[in-house]
Parts: sequence; structure tokens; C-alpha cells
Amino acid sequence: MSTKVLTRSRERLSTYDLGRTVGNIIVYAILTTGTIAMIMPFAWMVSTSFKEAGSIFTYPPRWIPDRFVLDNYLDAWRAAPFGRYFFNSLLVASAVTLGQLISCSLAAYAFARLNFPGKSLLFVLFLSTMMIPLQLTIIPSFLVLQELKWLDTYYALIVPFTVSAFGTFLLRQTFMTIPQELEDAAKLDGCSRLGFLWRIVLPLSKPPLASLALFTFMGNWNDYLWPLIMTNSREMRTLQIGLRFLVSQEGGSRWGMFMASTVMISLPIIVFYLLVQKQFVKGIALTGLRG
Amino acid sequence: MGMLTRLRVNARSVRKRYRWEEVLSAYLFLAPSIALFFLFKHFPIFYALYLSLHRWRLGIVDRTFVGLHNYQLLITSDEFWQAVRNSLYYALGSIPLNMAVSLTIALLLNRQIRGRAIFRTAYFLPTITSTAAMAVVWMWIYHPDFGLANWILNTLGLPRLRWLYDPRWAMPALIIMGIWKGMGYNIIIYLAGLQNIPQHLYDAARIDGAASRACFRHITWPLLTPTSFLILIIAVINSLKAFAQMHVMTDGGPLGSTTVIAYYLYQHGFQFFNLGYASAVACALFVILLGLTLIQFKVLGPRVHYQ
Repeated sequence: MSTKVLTRSRERLSTYDLGRTVGNIIVYAILTTGTIAMIMPFAWMVSTSFKEAGSIFTYPPRWIPDRFVLDNYLDAWRAAPFGRYFFNSLLVASAVTLGQLISCSLAAYAFARLNFPGKSLLFVLFLSTMMIPLQLTIIPSFLVLQELKWLDTYYALIVPFTVSAFGTFLLRQTFMTIPQELEDAAKLDGCSRLGFLWRIVLPLSKPPLASLALFTFMGNWNDYLWPLIMTNSREMRTLQIGLRFLVSQEGGSRWGMFMASTVMISLPIIVFYLLVQKQFVKGIALTGLRG
Repeated sequence: MGMLTRLRVNARSVRKRYRWEEVLSAYLFLAPSIALFFLFKHFPIFYALYLSLHRWRLGIVDRTFVGLHNYQLLITSDEFWQAVRNSLYYALGSIPLNMAVSLTIALLLNRQIRGRAIFRTAYFLPTITSTAAMAVVWMWIYHPDFGLANWILNTLGLPRLRWLYDPRWAMPALIIMGIWKGMGYNIIIYLAGLQNIPQHLYDAARIDGAASRACFRHITWPLLTPTSFLILIIAVINSLKAFAQMHVMTDGGPLGSTTVIAYYLYQHGFQFFNLGYASAVACALFVILLGLTLIQFKVLGPRVHYQ
């Protein structure tokens, strides 16, 4: 019955449909043009990275290499300790992410479910940290880390970032929705606060925990200013800093090798993103802030 | 359960307001965050302010109190004002265009179209990759002889440019890359904002015979103002903090044409180790950021339409 009505109204609206088709073609044309513009630098990067030394400097540019070679990748691997850089980036980003998950869960639990003096003051102090630009605190932080003898160590790259006001507030939002009755029942069964947090609150808060982990990991993996300033030796560099020094030390000419390096650096994060894409987009939509 | 709640309420009102066990747990749970925030956020603010009143070149000149001398130097320094101008150039060049294009793409992606997920992935890809790596790719794109950028200009019949080597074109080059890099994030936020607009408003408007342009003007645009406002505030802050692409691509040059405030701060703090003066720059940057944010709240805040 309803389908019949629908078909009839469709017939009547055929001119509207025509306009719609034309409109759709324009929409696709714009979106495709944009997509090409977005993808072109990546295609150029990958294409250059597989070219022979002789065929990189050609004009007009050739998109498909005459011969696919892996020389650039081998050169990059030989020119800089990429294994070490990769290890550093992975270690630092993982440790920071784990640290934030723990510290933010604890702090969020306190703000969401516990009653204590000074709560609103601490809340404001937490909030204020989100408005302080890194540039304002970086010189004093450098001096603090120098005092602690932590400069050029993993501590300098990890410890200051294991806490986050953003993460605390994100988790607090969810923790507040868990009914008090559940906590009372758990207490009656002899469950401690930490036990309640670990066994009941955290399993019920998987989506925001996953979003926090994703943002933190990717943000930290891509971080630039902090590791640039706080590390000094080659062994302590992260991928991003290692790449910058490779480019400046080799001078602006070895583009095949540079593009091979950027492919190696970008590929893990792109693959990771493609795997968790849904969660990531949902996370940004959920939280609004932070990218 | 009702009994239990009543017992709890009674217990609360009989005893003092706080239970020591609860207070202790709370502070234990908050201790790591409080300690690190104090050490790396709150204490550094005051330390930066304190340092800005001193002359101190690490390892060369010992720390001596000089009052407001650093600020005096700052205000009379042509280089500092050039850095401020460069930062504003970067912000004004990238933000409006970025927002307009992002909104357009988000509006198109919000329709019932096929391949939405693929388009979305493509637009978001530049955002998730690191600025440093993409900066190196764009250096190659801007190569004066063999780069893609000049090839595209040539194909369009336009003259070639020296991009990062030309003081007039280095900043536009960074702006173009910045827009390419930052659009994905804005598109996702705009899409979320669009999805929050209730469909029944559009249905009602259609029944009243409103054209799609009218729908955009009277429904979409006003109801998106909170989203646009959020994006604008974040974009202004981020653009004034931009640093990695300048450090990788231009080193602030040529002729200081891409030395933005954040880069100027880095130069004085961590290349010349002029910690007092650099702290004054940091405080100035903070004041500029705060001022711009407050102006936006004051001027645009009343126009934001909250549902």
C-alpha cells in the first residue's frame, strides 16, 4: 500500500528527479576533484620513493616510475637509524597512552563519584591546563627537566604527558552516568573502590577509553616541538625529529631517499588509522575537541 | 534498595559532610595528575613570568634582574613585529579559506551519496599523518625545477614560482599546505554539527515550500554557528602555535618571511639560549592568544545561535 503511494509520487516528481541527478553529478565532480587534490601529495610521495636516482629529476613529472626499485628505502635505512627512531616513537607513544589511561581514569573517578573538599578549585585548575599554550611553559619545563637530569632521556618525553585534563573530563562524563546503586551493591559485596573502578566502571566505559587512547597515541606519535627541544643525541630522536635531521644533513637533493623515509614514517599511522577509522571519527564527533 | 538509600542519606546527615576515607581516596586518585600539572603547567607559568624579568643567556650570561627591559626590547624590535605580522598573515590566509572549503565539503558529504566513507577517508588522511613528514613531501612538491606545484601552474598556463625560495611566496606555500593538512579535522567537526540539526526542521521548511538555499540560510547556517565558532577558536590558537612546518621547510626564511611568533620564540630560546628574552616572547604570545580568544567571544559570541 505505502509503496504504491510512493511509486506514484515518484512518477509525478520526475522533473525534480532530473534536477536531482544533475545536482548529484555536480556534487560528485566537486568531491572527486577535492579527493584528487587530497591524495595527490601521497601519490607523488609513493611514486618518487620507488624511482631510480636517474629518473627522479624529470620534467614534466612522471607518475609511474620506469622501473620500480627499492634503492631509496635501503639508502634511507642506511643513512639514519630508522629502527631506533621507530622504537623510540613506539615506546614513547605507548607509554604516554598507557599512563594517560591510568591517571585519567583515577582522576575522572574522583571528580565524578567522590565528595571531597577543594573539588571545584581543583576542577578549575585542571580546566586551566587546557588553555595554557605549550609555548608558554616550554622554557620552564626545559629547566625543570634539566634540574631532574631528565633531558635527553625517555623520562622527558613520557612523564610530562602521562596526565591530561582533556582525558579526565572525557572519562568523567561517562563515569557520572553509572548509577550509584551499582556502586552500593558492589560495596555490599566487599568490592573496594579500585576494584569497582577496574571491574565495573572501566568495562562500561570502553568507547571513551578507546577514543582517548587513539587521540593520545596519534597526537604523541606526531608530536614535534617537545622532542625537538628535549632530546639532543641521535639515539633519543623520535621518527619526526630523525626525519628532519636526515633532510637537513643530506641537503635538499636526495628526494628519492626522503620520500622513502616519509613513506616509512607515514605508513604505520595510515594503516593504524584505516583499522580504527570508525572509532576515530566517532571519537571526534563525540568529544568535539582535539584532533 | 529504598531502605538502603534511606540509610545512606541518614548516615550522611548524621556524620560530617566529608568522610575521611573518601577524601583520602580522592586525593590519592588525583595525586599523579596534580603533581605533574603543578610541575609542568602551573609552576611554569609563574616561572616564565619570573624569567621574563631577567637577562639570562644559558652558560654565557648569569641570571640578573632587569625589570621590564626584555619587554622594552620586544616592543621596539622590528623582528618581533615582523613575526607577529607573519603569524597574522598565516592565520588570516589559512583560516577563512579552510573553513569555507571544509563547510562546503561537509555539506556535500552530508547528503545521501555513494562512496561517502571513501571520500571521508581521503579528506581525513592528511590530518592524521605527521606535520613533519608531510612538510618534507611538500618541500618536494614546491621544488622550483621538478616539483608538482610548478607543473600544475605550467599546465594552467601560469608562470612558474620559486615558492619556498621566494620571500613573497614562501608564506602562501605554507598556507596552502596548512589548508590541505587541516581540512579533514574541520570537515569531521562540521559533519558532526550537521548531524545534530534535527531533520524535522527541514521537513517543516519543505512543506512551507522553502528552497534549499533558504533552508541553508535559515536553518543550517544559524544552527551551525556553535560549530563554526568552536572551529574558529581552535583554528586561531593552532595557527598561532604553528611551528613544525616552518622548522622543517623554511627555517623561518627566506629573509624572515616565515618567521612566525612560535619560530621566533624557538630561535631566541633554544638557538641563542636567550632564556629571559624568549620568556618575554612566550608571555607576549600568551597575551596575544588570550586577547584574540576574548575578542572572538565578545564580537562573535552574541551571534552564536545555541539551540
